[in-house]
Amino acid sequence: MSSSMNTVGRPTAPVATAGDIPPTLTGARGLLQDEALIFELGGWNKTGVDLPPAERPADDLAGLLRAEPIGLPGLSEPEAVRHYVRLSQKNHAIDLALYPLGSCTMKHNPRLNEKMARLAGFSDIHPLQPVSTVQGALALIDRLAHWLKTLTGMPAVAMTPKAGAHGELCGLLAIKAAHEAGGQGHRKTVLCPTSAHGTNPATAAFVGYSVVEIAQTDDGRVDLADLASKLGPDVAAIMVTNPNTCGLFERDIVEIARLTHEAGAYFYCDGANFNAIVGRVRPGDLGVDAMHINLHKTFSTPHGGGGPGAGPVVLSAALAPFAPAPWITHHADGFHLVEEAVGEATQAFGRMSAFHGQMGMFVRAYAYMRSHGADGLRQVAEDAVLNANYIKASLADVMSPAFPDGPCMHEALFDDSWLEGTGVTTLDFAKAMIDEGFHPMTMYFPLVVHGAMLIEPTETESKQELDRFVHALRLLAGAAKAGEVDRFKGAPFHAPLRRLDETLAARKPKLRWRAA
Amino acid sequence: MRFTKDHEWVELDGDVATIGITAYAAEQLGDVVFVEVPDIGKTVAQGDGLAVVESVKAASDVYAPISGEVVEANGALGDAPETVNAAPEAGGWFARIKVSDPSQVEVLMDRAAYEEYLGTL
Repeated sequence: MSSSMNTVGRPTAPVATAGDIPPTLTGARGLLQDEALIFELGGWNKTGVDLPPAERPADDLAGLLRAEPIGLPGLSEPEAVRHYVRLSQKNHAIDLALYPLGSCTMKHNPRLNEKMARLAGFSDIHPLQPVSTVQGALALIDRLAHWLKTLTGMPAVAMTPKAGAHGELCGLLAIKAAHEAGGQGHRKTVLCPTSAHGTNPATAAFVGYSVVEIAQTDDGRVDLADLASKLGPDVAAIMVTNPNTCGLFERDIVEIARLTHEAGAYFYCDGANFNAIVGRVRPGDLGVDAMHINLHKTFSTPHGGGGPGAGPVVLSAALAPFAPAPWITHHADGFHLVEEAVGEATQAFGRMSAFHGQMGMFVRAYAYMRSHGADGLRQVAEDAVLNANYIKASLADVMSPAFPDGPCMHEALFDDSWLEGTGVTTLDFAKAMIDEGFHPMTMYFPLVVHGAMLIEPTETESKQELDRFVHALRLLAGAAKAGEVDRFKGAPFHAPLRRLDETLAARKPKLRWRAA
Repeated sequence: MRFTKDHEWVELDGDVATIGITAYAAEQLGDVVFVEVPDIGKTVAQGDGLAVVESVKAASDVYAPISGEVVEANGALGDAPETVNAAPEAGGWFARIKVSDPSQVEVLMDRAAYEEYLGTL
C-alpha cells in the first residue's frame, strides 16, 4: 500500500465524546449558517446584473433624476440565491412535514399542477394579447368556472378576485349593488357570528356596513333565536362560514338561509372551509347567495400563489346580474371577453382587478380538479374529515376537545382547560411542538374558545404521519401534566431561532432597517 | 365603581364618568401592546365602541358603559400601554365622559355582582 493514498490515521467511526457539547467558535451550528439581513450583506456598490448603459440621456426626466443612492442591497447572483436558500432552511414548508394550521388548509401542492402551470401557453401570455391568440387560456378559465359552478350548484361565478378576502369584498359589493337596484340601499347592517374569520366583519366595514354579532350556541353553532331577533329591515346580509371556524357543520344552515331571505337580506357564505364539503354538499342547495372559494385551500394551489392568490366568487341567480366584469362568453368564432358594463352587463358593479384573474392559480386548480375527477374531489372532503376526527379521537383523552359531542368536520378544536393548573399555556405548548419536530397548530383562534388549539391535518397526510403527530402530542401532553414546565416555558430550544419577545416587538417595533 | 358584562368599569364623579377595563379583562388579554383612546368631543351612546385595546393575543373593542361626550382621554397609554396591565382599574383608565344620563349606571353591576358573574365564566 502506498503511503500517498492518505489512508493512514483516518478513523472511520465516530469517537465517543464525554460531557457537554462545546459551543462552536463562530456561533454557527453545523452547516446551518447564521444569516444576516439582506441589507447587511454584500455592500452597496455591486450588482448581479450587467446592464448596458442607458441609451436615452438621463435629463429626459426634467430634473427629477434621483440624486441619492436608491439603497438596494448589492448582491451577486450566488449571494442572493444563498441568502434565500439559507432563510428557507430555517423556515417550515408543507414540502417538509405536516403543517397542522387550522383554518389554513396546508395541504400538499401536487407537482402535476406545477408542470401544467409552466406550459408556455399559460405562463408566457400577456393580458393585453389579442383574444384570438389566447383561446386556450380562455377555454381553461371557462372550464374552471364550469367546475366551480357545478361543484357549488350556483349559476354564476366571478373569477377575478385575488384572495378569499377579496372575494368577500366582491360578494358584498354584488349584494350592495343588488340592494340598491331593488330600492333597498338603506340596509346598513351585516350580521356575523362571534366565531367568524376576522376578514368577515372587516370586509363588511370596508364596504360601509356596520357589523352586529350573532351569538353562538353551547355546541358551537349559530344561535338561531339570536339571529332571528337581529334580522330586520336594516340588515343587508349575513356572513356565515360553513363548516364554521370551530370545525363544525352548521346543521341549521337551511333555516338560516330561509330566515335571512324572509328578512330581505342576502346570505354570504365564507367558503374558506369548502374543502370539508366539496363533492358532498352544494352551497347553492343550502340557499347561499354568494360564496368565495379559496383555490389554495380546496383546490391545492400554493398559499399566496406566488402573489397574488385567487378567490373566485360564486353567485346566486339573484346576484348574478351584478357580477363584476370581465367574464367569458362563447361564440361560433371562439371565446370572447366581456370587459365593459354595456349590453348584457349593464348592471355589473365594476371590476375587481385590472385584468382577468390569476392564470397560474387557475391552471393549478383545474389540473387538480381534472386529475382527481368528481369522485376524487368527494374523497378529498371525506378524507379531510376522517383525518381530523382521527386526531380528535386520538387526543380526546389527554387534551380537551372544545366540542366533545359528535364528530368534527375538517379540523379538530381543543380548548386549554386540560392545561389548567399545569403552568403551561397554549402558546408554551405550541412552541414546545417545534422542538418535537412539528409546526404548531393555529392558536387562540377561534376567539370564542379559551386558549384555542385548532388542528387541521388535511386529507393529504397518511395514517403513519398522523400517528407520528399524535404520538408527539401525547408525549408533550404527558410532560405538561407531569409538571415539566421548563420544557415548555423557554421553548423552542432546538429551533434555529428561540422564542421572540412578542410584547416588546409589538410595543417597540423596529419598522425600518437603517445602516449602523 | 360599576361593571359591564364586557368587562368595562365605570366610576361616576358628579356628572363625569371615568372608564376602563377590569383587572380580569387585562389578565385575559395578556400583555397590552396598543391602545386607541377616543377623540375629545366624541359623543357615544351606551354600548357604542369607545376605544380599542390590542394585546399580543387579540384586538378588542372597549364599549361605552354609559352615554355621553368624551371630555378627557388617557393619552399616556399611547407610550405606556403596559399601564393597562399594571393598574387596569386606576392609572390604566381609558377616557372620561360627561354623562348625559347618570341613571344609566344603575343598571350596571356592582363589584359583588361582577365577581359573581366572573364566577360563572
